[in-house]
Amino acid sequence: MTRLTTFNIVSLTLGFAFLYIPMLILVIYSFNASQLVTVWGGFSTKWYGELLRNEAMIDAAWVTMKVAFFSSTLATVLGTMAAYVLVRRGRFYGRTLFSGMIYAPLVMPEVITGLSLLLLFIAIGLDRGVLTIVLAHTTFSMCYVSVVVSSRLVSFDDSLEEAALDLGASPFEAFRLVTLPIIAPAVISGWLLAFTLSLDDLVIASFTAGPSATTLPIKIFSSVRLGVSPEINALSTIIIAIVTVGVLTASIVSKRQITRRLREEAQAG
Amino acid sequence: MAAAGKENVFAPWKDDAAVPLIRIDQVSKRFGDFTAIDKISLNIYPQEFFALLGPSGCGKTTLMRMLAGFEKPSGGVISIDGQDMVTVPPNKRAVNMMFQSYALFPHLSVWDNIAFGLRRDGLDKDRVAARVEEMLKLVQLGQFARRKPHQISGGQRQRVALARSLAKAPKLLLLDEPLGALDKKLRQETQFELMDIQEKTGTTFVIVTHDQEEAMTVASRVAVMDQGKLIQVETPQVIYEQPNSVYVADFIGDVNLIPGSVSELGGGAALAWAEGKPPLLGQPGASLAKGQNATFAIRPEKIAISAEEPQDRNNRVQGKILEIGYLGNLSTYHVELPEGPVIKCEVGNRSRVERRDFTWEDEVWLSWSDTAGLVLAR
Ligand SMILES: Nc1ncnc2c1ncn2[C@@H]1O[C@H](COP(=O)(O)OP(=O)(O)OP(=O)(O)O)[C@@H](O)[C@H]1O
Ligand SMILES: [Mg+2]
Repeated sequence: MTRLTTFNIVSLTLGFAFLYIPMLILVIYSFNASQLVTVWGGFSTKWYGELLRNEAMIDAAWVTMKVAFFSSTLATVLGTMAAYVLVRRGRFYGRTLFSGMIYAPLVMPEVITGLSLLLLFIAIGLDRGVLTIVLAHTTFSMCYVSVVVSSRLVSFDDSLEEAALDLGASPFEAFRLVTLPIIAPAVISGWLLAFTLSLDDLVIASFTAGPSATTLPIKIFSSVRLGVSPEINALSTIIIAIVTVGVLTASIVSKRQITRRLREEAQAG
Repeated sequence: MAAAGKENVFAPWKDDAAVPLIRIDQVSKRFGDFTAIDKISLNIYPQEFFALLGPSGCGKTTLMRMLAGFEKPSGGVISIDGQDMVTVPPNKRAVNMMFQSYALFPHLSVWDNIAFGLRRDGLDKDRVAARVEEMLKLVQLGQFARRKPHQISGGQRQRVALARSLAKAPKLLLLDEPLGALDKKLRQETQFELMDIQEKTGTTFVIVTHDQEEAMTVASRVAVMDQGKLIQVETPQVIYEQPNSVYVADFIGDVNLIPGSVSELGGGAALAWAEGKPPLLGQPGASLAKGQNATFAIRPEKIAISAEEPQDRNNRVQGKILEIGYLGNLSTYHVELPEGPVIKCEVGNRSRVERRDFTWEDEVWLSWSDTAGLVLAR
């Protein structure tokens, strides 16, 4: 361990303050007894109670979870397939065009993606609701999955799959039994990425959501426009807590895996 | 040499009635406008231990990959066991390949790696288990069955790869530089293990190697390749003693090459090599004509070294010792001839007490018999 110099301590503190003070204030005010967001009126958990009784909010949360789950799952399947074909199936005619096209949505302004999807859904007469949001989120998060998975596939040893074929596996079995288990960590992180992207998307969801289904970000954004209520603070605090727990668990699990692997390797060597 | 004893008994390539396991007929492979394999024709017979030898990039791996089904020939026909292989995908061939990189599945244990191919055949659990245990015993890895590939040593990994490719008892096993990563001792042990396995299982082996000593040790026949072409296909002994070209002579083992021109041709050949010197006598190679430029090829161990001029041999040259190398079991002398060439000769060290017969700068005579050298067309 190296000792930190004063300069390093100051820059670290400033950086973290910049990142976390807004959230800290939000968390503190979620326990504010006062109706006014900016005036401290003593400690209370009443806004959490209010939140639980707010059915529109609960509905929106439920829709958000559903959308995130289905869209990220769909995006993972499609993104993995696309990455596999683009990376592993060598050079075929039009490959450069395809790989360019799959990454285009990454740089496309969300407003344009949202608008074009909206126009599409109207054109084919699809009622806007959970399904349309799922489809929209799948479209834009699939290319993130594809990026994550292809970066893993690039370093994947081709001869493993050839060995599987050589031993009598069909091409699909070779993928399912050899390639997929090996790239699984990348697929899982792709899924998690798609899930979080879907959770906090506001722009595309607003274009493709209908009166029958509203996601949490839309709900929060529209209620904030009518004035910030402490209820929203409470909701945000819960979300922060969930995210924190998620991130911690993920890092602990992966750290354990690494240490276990290192220990096994040490034993073997 | 292993093949020496076998040769009389096992030589299906000399038998017109023998049916080859692999027929390679006018096979070419082009990558873009680069020709990696150039119209190769070759028969490999059941139970052969066939070695492919050649410099890096000459197309050995490409030929193997065509046999395994990972590459399609650009022209020609490959048939295995009488069946045309062009449209048969790798997973439908009774051929297994041991990859140079081993290609062990990192997420599966040693046991599951070996069982992989058996399970694909839909064998029931007990049969799979029995076969895997048998394979583990064969390669002596019983106690490592539950380990993952990254938890065992390089040599053990290589044996797992071997066991995995043998488990399905393929008709044909392709080994692409299987022993490249092993140290010399382990490599020799494994070579004998391979020959043992081959004898026990009766599988046909095709082995690619950079190491010509390895090819000489294990192979029933050796094919020497250069730039996508087969130069010579023969038993190790013939390849070594009667190379058909300067290329093969130079590629296999150590050889002295002396340029000159053919001065006489009959049962033997004479090569004029220096003004005013008697010609060198040797056995003639193929397609030789009188007056043609040719090369005299003589192996270092066939040359005798002496202080006095030997009277009983026609081939004798005088020179000065340039360098002496002590290699334990033998000593090598580099002798510079006044005419230019430097000749290398090898002498076995039979006695443990060093006889300091010769030293640097000594004038010595080199001699060899009329049948020891070859006169090869250039
Ligand atoms: N997929 C490919 N595309 C283009 N060229 C290729 C391809 N595969 C092989 N080649 C070329 O074909 C030639 C033969 O390659 P190959 O791998 O068969 O050589 P090798 O004899 O196995 O060499 P080494 O002993 O180094 O393994 C090389 O010049 C190589 O560059
Ligand atoms: Mg090779």
